[in-house]
Formats: sequence, structure tokens, C-alpha cells
Amino acid sequence: MSHFPILSLMLLVPLIGAVISLLSGRDTARKVALLATLVDLALGVVLWLQYDIGGAQWQFQEHAALFAGFEWKLGIDGIALLLIALTVFLMPICIGASWNSIEKRAGEYYAAFLLMETLMIGVFTAQDLFLFYIMFEAGLIPMYLIIGIWGGAERIYASYKFFLYTLLGSVLMLIAMFWMVNEAGTTDIPTLMQYDFPAHAQTWLFLAFFASFAVKMPMWPVHTWLPDAHVQAPTAGSVILAGVLLKMGGYGFIRFSLPMFPIASAYFAPMVWTLSIAAVVITSLIALVQTDMKKLIAYSSVAHMAIVTVGLFAFNRQGLEGSVVVMLSHGIVSGALFLAVGVIYDRLHTREIVRYGGLAINMPYYALFFLLFTMASIGLPGTSGFVGEFLSLMGIYKNSTWIALISTTGIILGAAYMLYLYRRVVFGEQKNADAAAMLDLDAREWLMMVPLAASVLWMGIYPESFMAPMRKDIGVLEARVAIARPKGDADVKFGGKTPAVGVATLGSAQLKGAK
Amino acid sequence: MSPILIIVFAPLVAAIIAGLGNKRLGMVPAKALTTAALFLSCGLSWPIFLSFLGGHAETTVTPVLNWVASGDLNFAWALQVDTLTAVMLVVVTSVSALVHLYSWGYMSEEADQPRFFAYLSLFTFAMLMLVTANNLVQMFFGWEGVGLASYLLIGFWFRKPSANAAAMKAFVVNRVGDLGFMLGIFGVFLVFGTVSIPQILHDAPGLAGSTIGFLGYRFDTATVLCILLFIGAMGKSAQLGLHTWLPDAMEGPTPVSALIHAATMVTAGVFMVCRLSPLFEQSQTALHFVTIIGALTCFFAATVGTTQTDIKRVIAYSTCSQLGYMFFAAGVGAYGAAMFHLFTHAFFKALLFLGAGSVIHAMHHEQDMRYFGGLWKKIPLTFAAMMAGTLAITGVGIDDVFGFAGFYSKDAILEAAFAKGTELGMFAFALGIFAALLTSFYSWRLVYLTFFGTPRWAQSEHIQHAVHDAHDHHDHHHDDHAHAPAHDGTAGYHPHESPLNMLVPLGVLALGAVFAGFVFAPAFLSEGAGEFWKGALVFDETLLHAMHHVPEWVKLAPAAVMLTGLLIATYAYLINPAFPAACVRRFGFLYRFLLNKWYFDELYDAVFVRPAMALGRFFWKQIDVGLIDRFGPNGAAWVVSLASRGAVRLQSGYLYSYALVMLVGLVGAISWVIAR
Repeated sequence: MSHFPILSLMLLVPLIGAVISLLSGRDTARKVALLATLVDLALGVVLWLQYDIGGAQWQFQEHAALFAGFEWKLGIDGIALLLIALTVFLMPICIGASWNSIEKRAGEYYAAFLLMETLMIGVFTAQDLFLFYIMFEAGLIPMYLIIGIWGGAERIYASYKFFLYTLLGSVLMLIAMFWMVNEAGTTDIPTLMQYDFPAHAQTWLFLAFFASFAVKMPMWPVHTWLPDAHVQAPTAGSVILAGVLLKMGGYGFIRFSLPMFPIASAYFAPMVWTLSIAAVVITSLIALVQTDMKKLIAYSSVAHMAIVTVGLFAFNRQGLEGSVVVMLSHGIVSGALFLAVGVIYDRLHTREIVRYGGLAINMPYYALFFLLFTMASIGLPGTSGFVGEFLSLMGIYKNSTWIALISTTGIILGAAYMLYLYRRVVFGEQKNADAAAMLDLDAREWLMMVPLAASVLWMGIYPESFMAPMRKDIGVLEARVAIARPKGDADVKFGGKTPAVGVATLGSAQLKGAK
Repeated sequence: MSPILIIVFAPLVAAIIAGLGNKRLGMVPAKALTTAALFLSCGLSWPIFLSFLGGHAETTVTPVLNWVASGDLNFAWALQVDTLTAVMLVVVTSVSALVHLYSWGYMSEEADQPRFFAYLSLFTFAMLMLVTANNLVQMFFGWEGVGLASYLLIGFWFRKPSANAAAMKAFVVNRVGDLGFMLGIFGVFLVFGTVSIPQILHDAPGLAGSTIGFLGYRFDTATVLCILLFIGAMGKSAQLGLHTWLPDAMEGPTPVSALIHAATMVTAGVFMVCRLSPLFEQSQTALHFVTIIGALTCFFAATVGTTQTDIKRVIAYSTCSQLGYMFFAAGVGAYGAAMFHLFTHAFFKALLFLGAGSVIHAMHHEQDMRYFGGLWKKIPLTFAAMMAGTLAITGVGIDDVFGFAGFYSKDAILEAAFAKGTELGMFAFALGIFAALLTSFYSWRLVYLTFFGTPRWAQSEHIQHAVHDAHDHHDHHHDDHAHAPAHDGTAGYHPHESPLNMLVPLGVLALGAVFAGFVFAPAFLSEGAGEFWKGALVFDETLLHAMHHVPEWVKLAPAAVMLTGLLIATYAYLINPAFPAACVRRFGFLYRFLLNKWYFDELYDAVFVRPAMALGRFFWKQIDVGLIDRFGPNGAAWVVSLASRGAVRLQSGYLYSYALVMLVGLVGAISWVIAR
């Protein structure tokens, strides 16, 4: 398999689909789109099965020189594999979600989605700095279009805001990239990940990348584009925005900020922690008072993604692995929640929470799926939401009990706003005749819900499937950021003296020795 | 297949089939399947318990599946059975099986029964996962799983706003406790390098003399860990401060109250403290904290219980109070007594709840005791069951002869608190004795208001509806009959005894309430009980010895206060019914204070709920929109529009070109730099 360019093929399939869609009518376009995304899903499965867990760090590498020093350089590690899997898993569901609801300019719509799939997979496979950059920035263009053309009433403002925020970040990142290439003399990402940039340069390089990734995450206070973008985007747009595009920020931290600028990462960790806990508390409180379903879930996304940054900047095994699991879980769960909103939006054409109520009566199976995704969002053990959140918070506890305490309040606030949403939408009396007349899930919606539900439970009960591929890569990263790891404030001391061993190794063995 | 696998997973499988099958499966098959699964679990649990009782069983661990492995953090799904688990197994499966059976009758008018039974079985599965956990994270899974089931069952009547509010409150308040539990697990892993319970308990003595940093200060290691974990227990077991959800949880159907909010889930906190008793023994400070919280809860809830008029709320506060007993027992080191009270309490409190359910069933959904009265003749079997429960909870018995269940377990707790010999032990003893007085008072008050005196049914809206409906229905047949007896307080209503499927569980539980103490006290509490526990919890032989040598007045005090409470209740509600009203007039402030449950709900609403909402609106409107957007993107837009005054409005065409320019520009810039 190593000589077969499967990654290029995965980029090519949606691209071809996009071209065909663009030239076709609605019915052909959506069929082509579905076919293309399913083929990519199949290729993704092959990729996963062929991926050698515990083998070389970079696998499926492809290399071809392009014009003017540009290089076509692809390759994946376990972390990229997981995010590619997430992307190809969500794409057919997005097409399914658009199946009936998109009527105007459908060919262009599906073309935009397929182009986005190519670019997103491109982000996760690119091994050349500038190839990455192009994929990273260009991937947002179809999203602007999806919001701006097929969005709601305020779509122009939303897409403009989205654009402005991301533009700000990307300019700074580009400048930093130029500097790095000059300094290190290569555009090869794996090489750059090993390169030790001077400490003083790391500071501003980190900030330049941070400007871009913080917006993508999004971190507080550069998050205000997200609620508007989600609210205005069509359902599938929200699914892919929350499901994959937000993960590009986290991926950026894992691929660039942490391994390339470990010293600066350590230096700025307190800032990241502060912004993260601010996000957990503030955006959760904001979610509590929302009256628009999509806005509520959008704000909850900000709070959940803050757990990702908390875990990443814990610089230890549990924090890093937990962050990746949160990213995967949030991709599935928030995608599922937006889909759940889309299901009833398609029927009633409103996102106002008060217009619903009592759906458990006329849509019992919908209520069940919505409950599962709500519980996963809350982080109930046994669902995907728990594993990552638990590991990330455990990771940060080793560094700062204060940060851990405040971040963990997210489990209280998260329960409050999600259950409050669920209560108003699904429970209660049927207040509105039109909402009461809505039918339960149809076959198409079942087909979309079941895989999401199954993966939520799978990741919750047996997360090993998702943790095994990245274990070795997280190990490499952990070693790389070892110098950044601060001394935690929860150290154990005997008789006023700190034991010679570090906190991380202080375990049962030592306690036994002390006896 | 190991029996424990069937015990734990049969309810899960039944819940999934009944829940997903729901209406397609049909009502009776769903009910039969879940009930059968529970009786199967119960039938398999008792032999395990008896083998531990017989002393010829060993601790077993049955692995199921790996769960999480992250660096040196490792935990798996596994089922551990030791004495402590075995006790919980019989409690959980027995009460659950009986509650399933009871619900056939109690819920018979519901349209949505498969969902109800599925939830009940799901709850049982989660509870069994909790009690069989051999690592803290699986315990947390069960912990949250029972929370989910509790949420769903409290909100079972999801059309009722009050039920939804109560369900959500239960979940969120429990999450506050869970915050402590989670931080506790993090701390445990940091210190011990494992979350495996046997490993932690084995290594716990090594903590002696160590300190740990927490929130910038240094504390004794075991104290920090134990108090964090105990905060979780406070949430689940509704201890003072985190108790506010439990009375509201009575919004759920009564069988739920019996199973979850009396016999099993709320005792999870006590179970946790006992399970981790070797760890708690490392911190006297933490144990003091447990004692104080337990004693205060025991006292607080009993005081509130004396004024409530809703029959279920009285029993709910009673539960809260009894949990307080269990905690201070654990706090003074009498873990065996705590577990024994948990065991007996499960039977008599489930009995009281199911009995109350039978009364409510007879009284057409009326729950307010002010509208009961004179029921003993109408529903004699329910009355007998409630009497058994009341005799058990008030602890009636004669030393060395016979006593009802609570006589053995509650007296043991009080004696242990006294025998501890510390000031804190005396504090707990004093509050416990006073609470025993109140327990006796409110329990007999409940009995008198419900079963004795003259009927006061006519004032009940529920009864009026019932009579009205019956009147409409039987208009032609006995018109005169419906009107004639309206002056005897019955409004012409005829309460009926519950059907057999409700009475059989009452009977079985009544047997438990009568005999559980007498039969099992030797095993749990005697000199040789260390053999029974086999190290599953810390069993303090010295304390046990001291308990047998407390002064005679200490042994008699519970009986004395029990009789005092009985006498006061008899006087106030049987002999001189004007007396309570006179007291209310005389002590108006105290009465209102108790009636309003010490104003905890009002306080929390003012301090947490409303400020959270206000802050949410502030951050949204003032910060996000008013500050960030105004000076961020909107400010930029304003600058742009100034620069291009008169230019075209933003529209999709503009976006296209913008995007295209950006892409072309980027590619161009990069190419130029690289090719340079």
C-alpha cells in the first residue's frame, strides 16, 4: 500500500465530484456528492486498516516537486489519521442533511462541500508548510460561500465576520511561516517539528500562529464569529464547521505551536489557561440564557474547545491524549446536535426554542437520539464526551489545581444549559400545534443518526480504538514538550521535604517505599 | 458465564429491549421482560450474599473489557464482588425487583409503561456497575449513570413543568458534588498513580505524614483526597448543602422514590465512604468533616420533616435524615453500623414509600396528608405495612428479645457515636438522639394524619375530581349515593385497597422491616463480624467492644426519645388535634422556618441561579455584543464602509470576489517568496 498514493486519491475524489456537481442539476449533484463522500469514507476505512499502529511516525508519505519550489508532500501520523477519519465520517452525513433542504443553486452547493472535503483532508495530510497554509486558508472559502449564499437572513453579516476574524489570524501566521522557512531552510513540517528555534524568536512565532489557531478554535475572546456563523449556516454547514473546521485550530496547536515552539508554549501556557477557563465559565453562562438553539450549541462549542486547549497546555500524556479525544468527540457530538436541530428546523423553519416543546410525545425516537447526544455533550461516562474531558482535566490537575477546579465547573454549567435546552424542546406540554404535528425521524434521518449514536457510544465504552493510533505520536509530542511542563502545585511532600522524584513519577511505588 | 455478569447485564439488556422496542414490543412483554430480568438478578444475588454470610466466599474480580489506557493511567470495565458488594447486590436487586413488580399495579393507568420499566432497569444496571466497581472511574460511571436514570425517572411525567424542573435540579445539584468526586479522582491518581480501588486502599497507609498542594495551600494529603471524594458523596446522598434536590425529586412516580431516592441510589455516598474506608481512616480531619455533615443533616432533615404535609416529602426528609445517621456512623469509624443501617433502611424506607404509594393510589393521587384521615379501616393491609415500616424506622424493640429493623441499626449508630468518646462523637450522639425524637414524632404524625382521625378527604381536589367523574359515570345508577354522605368528610369517596401486585412487594418488604435487623445483626455487628466483612471495610473491633460497654442510659436513651416522640404525636394528632395549630400560632417564625426548609432553595436561587442567568446576559449583551463585536468586526466594518463610502452594499457577489482575491493573492505571494 505504501506506493499507492491513497492520500492523493482521497483528495482527488471529492475534487472530481465537485467539478461534476458544479456542472449538474440538483438531483445529479447530490447523488454525485453522496457517492464521492462515500468513496472517500471507504478510502478512509482502508487508510485506517492499513495504518501501521506503532510503526513509522509518518506513513503513506507522497512526494512530488511542483512549480517554483512548491512541493506536493503528503503524509499522516496517527493524530492526522483520526482527524481524517472524522472528516470522511461526517461528510456523507452532511450530504444527507442537505438532501432535501437545499434547493437553490444545488450544484454549486455540493461542489462547495466537496471542495471543502478535499481541502480539509489536505490540511490534515499536508507535510509542506505552504501546502498546509493554502489548504488551511482556502478551506475556509467554501465555508464563506456556504454561509453567505445558502445561509439564513443575516448570512452576509455572519460570513463577513467569519472572514474578518480568520483573515486577521492568517496574515500573521503567513509572515511567521516566511521567517521560519528562512531560518530553518526547509518547508518540511516533520523537519520543522524537530527544529529548535531560538527562544526569543519562539515567542513571537508562537503568538503569530496563536492568532490564527485561537480564532479557529475559537478561543475567548475571539469567538464571537462562531455563534453568528452557526446560526446563519445551513445545517450541514454547521455540522462541518463544528465537526471539522474548529478542529483545525486544535490540530494547528498539536502540529505547530507545541512541537515547534515548546519554550514559548511554556511561557504562554498561563495565558492560554486563563483564556480557556474564561471561555469555560463565560460562554457556558452565555449558553444558559440563549433562546436560539443553534446559538446555544455554538456557545457550548466554545466552552468545549476550551477543554481542548486546557488539555494541550497541560503538556502531559493524559492532557494531550484527552485533548485529541475531546476534539474527536466534540466533532461527532456537536455535529450530531446541529443535525438534531436541523431535523426539527427542516420541519418548522425556526430555531427559537420556545416554538418547540413536548417533542417526546410526537417524536419519541428523535427525543432518544437527542438525549444521547445531550448526555454526550454533558460528558456522561459511557459516552465519548466523558473520556476526553476526564483525561484533559486530569492532565491539567497535575499542573494547576486552580485551573482544574475552574475548568471542571464546566461539567456543572454544561449540564445546566444542555438540560435546560432539552427540557424546553423535548419535555413539557405541546404548546404549538405545528410543533406537535411534526413527524418522527424518517429513514434518511435514521441513517444519519445511527452512525453518530453508535460512534458516540463506541468512543465512550471502548475508546482504545481511537487512542491506540495516536499513542506513539502523543508520546513523541510529550517528549518534545517535556521542557515546557511546569512543576505542578499538587505535589506531595513527606515531612516538609519534596521527594527527589518529580510529580509525574510520584506514584504508588514511592508511597510503598515511604512505608 | 459468571453469575455476576448476568446479575449486572440482564437489567441492561432488558432495558434496551424494552426501551427501544417500546410500543412495538407491547406493554406486557416490556414489563414482563424487565421484571423477569430483575428477579433473575435478585435470584442470583442472594446465593452470593449468603455465601459471604456463611464465610466461604472470596473476593472475585470479573474483567469485562478494557476501557481507557493513557500513559500510566489504566482502567478497565470489571466487576468486583466482595462482602460489601454482596450486601449492596441483595439490597439493590431485591428492592428493584419488588419495585418492578409493584409498578405493574401502581403504573397500570399509564400509557407509557415500557419507557418507565426500561428506565427502572437501566437504573438498576448503573447502580450495579457502581457497587461492583473496582476502580474509581467505573464507580463514577455508575454514579453518573444512576444520576441519568434518576433524572429520567423524576421527569418521567415530562409534561409537568414541576417534574422537569425537579429532574434538572437533581442532575445539576448532583453535578456540583461530582465536581468534587472528579477532582478527588484526579488527586488520587496524582498521589497513588492508579485509580484501582484495591491498590489505593493497599497503599493508603503510606500517606501518613504527607502533605499535598491544593489551590495554592498545603494540606494533609489524605484530608484533601477524602474531602473531595466526600463532596461527591454529599451530592448523591443529599447531605446538608447539596440536599435540595431530594425533596423535589418526589415529583417522580412513587416506585421511583422508593427504589432510587430511598433504598439504593442515595445510599451510594455511604457505600463510597465505606468502600474507601481505609483511605478515610488516614485522615481524622476528613472523618470529622463526615461526622459533622452527617450529624447536621440528620438533625436538619428531621426538623423539616416535622412540618411537611406532603406524605412523600415527609418520607424524603426522613431519608435525608437517616442518611445523615449513616454518615456520622462512618465518621466515627463504625462503618459496619453504617452499612447495616443502609441495609435495614433499604427495606423499611422502600416499604414506607411503597406504602405511601399505596395510600396515594387509594386516594386518587392525593399526596397531602391534610386531606387524609381515617384510612386504616379502608386499606387495612396498607396500614399494616406502614405500621411495620414505622415501627422499624422509629426503632421499636427490647434489648436481647426482639426489635424491628431500625432498632438494631440505629441504636448501634448512636452507641458507636457515644462510645467513640470524643467531643465530636458526643455532638453526633446528641444530634442523633434529638433527631430520633423527631423521627418518632414525624413518623407517628404521618401515621395518625393518614390512618386515624376522621376523614378529611372532601377538601381534596383530587378526591373531588374522582367523585365528580364517578358521579358523571354512574349518574343513572346511584344518584343519591354520591351526594348523601358528603358531610362525613369523605365526599362519598371510597378508597380501595391496592391490587395484589402492589401488596405482595409491601408484604415482602414488611418482612424485611420486621426481621432484617433481628436476623442479620449478628453477622453485621457482632464480635465476629470482622470475619464477615473480610477487610471489605475497616472494622474497628475496639469501637465495637466499647459499644457494648456504654452506660445503661445511653442504651435506653433511643427508646426513651422514641416513646417521647410517640407521646407528643399521639397527643397532638390523636388526643388534641387543635394542639398543632396552637403551636403554629405560638411559634410562627420557627414553623415558617421549618416549613420553608430553612430557606435553602430561596438562598440558592438568590446566590447561584439568578446571578448565573444575569451574568450570562451580561457577558452576552455587554461583552460579546457590546464590546468585542462593537470594537472588533463591527468597528472594522465601519472603517471599511467609511473608506469606501458609497460603495456597493455587502452581498454575495462581494464575497465571491473577496474570496477569489484572497486565494489568488495568497498563492501569488507564496510563489513569489519561494521562487525568489
